[in-house]
Amino acid sequence: MKNLLKTFLRNRKAAIGLSIVLAYVIIAIAAPLIAQYDPLGRVGRPHQAPSADHWLGTTRMGRDVFSQLIYGTRNSLMVGLLAGFIVTAIGTTIGITAAYFGGKVDDVLNFLTNVVLVLPQLPLLLVLAAFLGQVSPLAIALIIGVTSWAWGARVTRAQALSLKTRDYIQASEMIGEPAWRMILVEMLPNLMSIIGFNFIGSVIFTIITQATLEFLGLGSPLTLSWGAMLYNAQNASAIIVGAWWEILAPCGAIVIIGIGLSLMNFGVDEIANPRMRSLGQLAKALKLERRLNRQRMQEAKQ
Amino acid sequence: MQFLLKRLAFYLVAFLVAATFNFAIPRMLPGNPADIMLANANAAMGPGAREALMATFGFIDAPLHEQYFSYLKSIFTWDFGVSVKFFPVPVIDMLMQALPWTLLLTGAALLVSFSIGTLLGILAAWRRGTLIDVIASPTALALQSIPSVVVALCGLYFLGVSNKIFPTSYAYNPRLDPAWSVEFISSVAYHGFLPVFTLSIVLVGGYLVTMRNNMIGQLGEDYISMGEAKGLSDARVRYTYAARNALLPSVTALALSFGALFGGSLVTEVVFNYPGVGNLLYLGIVGRDFPLIQGQLLIMTLAMLIANFAVDLAYVFLDPRLKRA
Repeated sequence: MKNLLKTFLRNRKAAIGLSIVLAYVIIAIAAPLIAQYDPLGRVGRPHQAPSADHWLGTTRMGRDVFSQLIYGTRNSLMVGLLAGFIVTAIGTTIGITAAYFGGKVDDVLNFLTNVVLVLPQLPLLLVLAAFLGQVSPLAIALIIGVTSWAWGARVTRAQALSLKTRDYIQASEMIGEPAWRMILVEMLPNLMSIIGFNFIGSVIFTIITQATLEFLGLGSPLTLSWGAMLYNAQNASAIIVGAWWEILAPCGAIVIIGIGLSLMNFGVDEIANPRMRSLGQLAKALKLERRLNRQRMQEAKQ
Repeated sequence: MQFLLKRLAFYLVAFLVAATFNFAIPRMLPGNPADIMLANANAAMGPGAREALMATFGFIDAPLHEQYFSYLKSIFTWDFGVSVKFFPVPVIDMLMQALPWTLLLTGAALLVSFSIGTLLGILAAWRRGTLIDVIASPTALALQSIPSVVVALCGLYFLGVSNKIFPTSYAYNPRLDPAWSVEFISSVAYHGFLPVFTLSIVLVGGYLVTMRNNMIGQLGEDYISMGEAKGLSDARVRYTYAARNALLPSVTALALSFGALFGGSLVTEVVFNYPGVGNLLYLGIVGRDFPLIQGQLLIMTLAMLIANFAVDLAYVFLDPRLKRA
């Protein structure tokens, strides 16, 4: 575990991504200390541009955008982590079960996964959210969690299938290890990178989807979240009246956490799959090779 | 042939799942959706409204399985019920009016993003570690994690409002009448540019990364060295040898991206006030118009399945082994 963390941090992309995400976590925890104003209180005149008093301006309701942004971090991170956890748990369970047991079990689970994959996800979520009424962030996390596991299940199954043909797995099967031990002790640790990849990807997906659902008016407009900020700004025609801060602030927050998380995922991918490395060392090696070739050519000419 | 028939059967089941979902949701939640909507729609909807709404959800005086079959029958006879907000206009009529705009938007965005993404992916893999790879690959990954609502809003603000380069709403100049004239078509292109552009930005990253990774896998194969050893030109080895084989997994990725494509188009239409299904849906959400929201699920599912079938056809073409199977 310690070694894994070390390898992870030695990868520059993963380290940068992790620092961005940690910064968000700290902001979320310390929100009351960082935000100067009550995020839901009328603390200024409407549509004020960014100034020393209001770093990111105010909304039409005279609320402080910066304070809303800081408190919104809590919401988005919680929903992202919760839904990410649900998605990964369901996807991993279905993927490994299908791959390990094979036969009829695999047929059924794989069919189910493929059906969910061809259904349009956002329209499906919209129907669910619409019938539930203006839903709380917790409900959003749950409905995203139970509808988004299919991709993870598919990649985990594929990886587990290739793992199953390895010698050590077949040897363990020969000596009669029980199914639970085969899955939990022999296979799961070797699927960690794909599970981590799935988890981080699901967190990104959830944050994006939550913002989208709330922007479309399916969340409660009273929650403090980036999506609700976008919804309120859109309703107040913020763009048209030129209140760019109201739109760009939550957009920026979503973009930066998205980049942080995907850098982490890039790191996970490179560690698990060295062929995908592209920057830094590789570029250096290629340059060196070219210079050597040139030298050899010149020597050959002489 | 058998492969395609199998796929068709699979899509039929998938569509049934979506219809069943629509049937089950109003029954699993407390209260009667027709009554909830009538209470919300403060305008008098006239007599017969309640009956029409009940029929929309398949609530008829019969046991549950008969309700289900009569609901399925109405779906398959293209009857998606009546809208609440625009009572008594049939939902299907509204959707069919909006669908062409959505298809135009998604089709154009798909074409643009898939060709640019795939081409850049080929080049990034071919020149691994050089400037194009170092810039394009991480940018693509970052773009992938940005929601379409953010890209669309930023596009609207920077290119539509603060610099008035592109129009900020409608699909064409409302003063023009739809016709096959140069003026009308150029107006459609002008109004469509920004939505297509912002939608493509979200999608291009995924195709680039997939293609790059597939290409890198292919470039290590023996047949590539063989091609080079034969003295073929770089371009020929790159496109007709490596890229053709690397394209196959990319086409699978294409099918998986349809969800993001249609979802992104729904959001983009709302931001740009573009008259497609997404914009209609937004009106439906604001007006708590359940039949409209359910209808869009069916129509979007149908669009997804048809798009997937088109990918299956492309697969048969790209992978000759499937023709024999």
